Amino acid sequence: MAERLRFRDPDLAKRVTSRINQLTKGKETVKICHVCGTHEWTITHYGLRSLLPQNVEVIAGPGCPVCIVPASETDEAVQLALKGVVVTCFGDLLRVPGSRMSLLDAKAEGADVRVVYGVGDAVKMAREEATKEFVFFAVGFETTSPSTAVEILSKPPENMSFLISHRIIPPAMKLLVKMKELSLDGFIAPGHVSTIIGLKPYEIFPKKYRMPVVVAGFEPLDVLMGIYMILKQLSKDKPSLENEYARAVWPQGNPKAQRIMAEAFEIVDGRWRGLGNIGSSKFNLREEHNVYDAHLRYGVKIEYGVDTKLGCRCHLVVIGRIKPTECPMFMKECTPQRPVGACMVSAEGTCRIWATTKPD
Amino acid sequence: MCLAIPAKVVSVKENSACVDFGEGVLREVNVTLVNVKAGDYVLVHAGYAIQVLDEKEAQETIQLWNQILEVET
Repeated sequence: MAERLRFRDPDLAKRVTSRINQLTKGKETVKICHVCGTHEWTITHYGLRSLLPQNVEVIAGPGCPVCIVPASETDEAVQLALKGVVVTCFGDLLRVPGSRMSLLDAKAEGADVRVVYGVGDAVKMAREEATKEFVFFAVGFETTSPSTAVEILSKPPENMSFLISHRIIPPAMKLLVKMKELSLDGFIAPGHVSTIIGLKPYEIFPKKYRMPVVVAGFEPLDVLMGIYMILKQLSKDKPSLENEYARAVWPQGNPKAQRIMAEAFEIVDGRWRGLGNIGSSKFNLREEHNVYDAHLRYGVKIEYGVDTKLGCRCHLVVIGRIKPTECPMFMKECTPQRPVGACMVSAEGTCRIWATTKPD
Repeated sequence: MCLAIPAKVVSVKENSACVDFGEGVLREVNVTLVNVKAGDYVLVHAGYAIQVLDEKEAQETIQLWNQILEVET
């Protein structure tokens, strides 16, 4: 039966939410965690939390790849910018606070910092301006990492190098499961990360931790369906891994992208801003690509930075421990125009989404 | 951003493809990560096609994006 799902249909939304209400009536609170800024955007923009019963909570985990880059890595980019290297990066990285300054501050001091929409644009610029030194500050999870890998393997020009700050999501999910005080009951897995990594990396959650996982797309109905599927699993006490986003996520993911990432990167331990060290959670350039490693080319390596400014509670927002509205600075000292922490800077930061998205 | 948008492949030349996002919006994207031919649908993220979509499913998504654009303008 080829039933065409209508992804923003309010009637369909009503039917799903009424089922959700039926399933959870009189039951204990269920806490579902997503790990994707774009999921938080959908949830906030469509006011999905207001459609859910009081005893179903959806919290935002560390799904903002810009928010979790440690200040030390931002400081490295700033240092390179001040040294005269042209620093290229995605837009939200410009205003992320480093220990002392942001890339935008460096730009104001005369550094050449340029926003690009894709890593390919940075490589193109480097080819066109051969007399200048370029670096790409590579941030993002598994949705974005493959494109950086493509460029590294495509013989970038000699005046191009990379600062790799890519991280991977499943280890952060594991960290959250182990935080007993969070009392999570299930995960909505990130749809586009999953188009790359497939379903296998999530198998451990139902198998080892009895934690339901549903991979969901980004339309409001995708998210509501995802929540409903998790609640159904919980009501039957049958935690499993399900794929709501079957139109884009194949069980094996994108094997070609996985091979390309494995050729360009190795997995190492990495620090996440506000979360500390997470084992095997970060990409580094493989040794054979050392010539493109900005750390080695410029002798830049900063171990520690100021991750959290005084009074900032991004480290609690980023694991869903508190809501943005529970931070005393939210929309007072910390606003989108004058952000204190990374969560208020990035388009995928929970605080910025709450501050700037008006529910429909 | 995890934002990835569906588009239809118009033509392919080596690792680059011209894709149609609907409403006549054409762009060059890198298709190294996928195996595609003209007529296929792909998900595009930051200038790169990251996955192939089922045509039927993709048309649904494009229709919805168009619908939403109509409402928002």
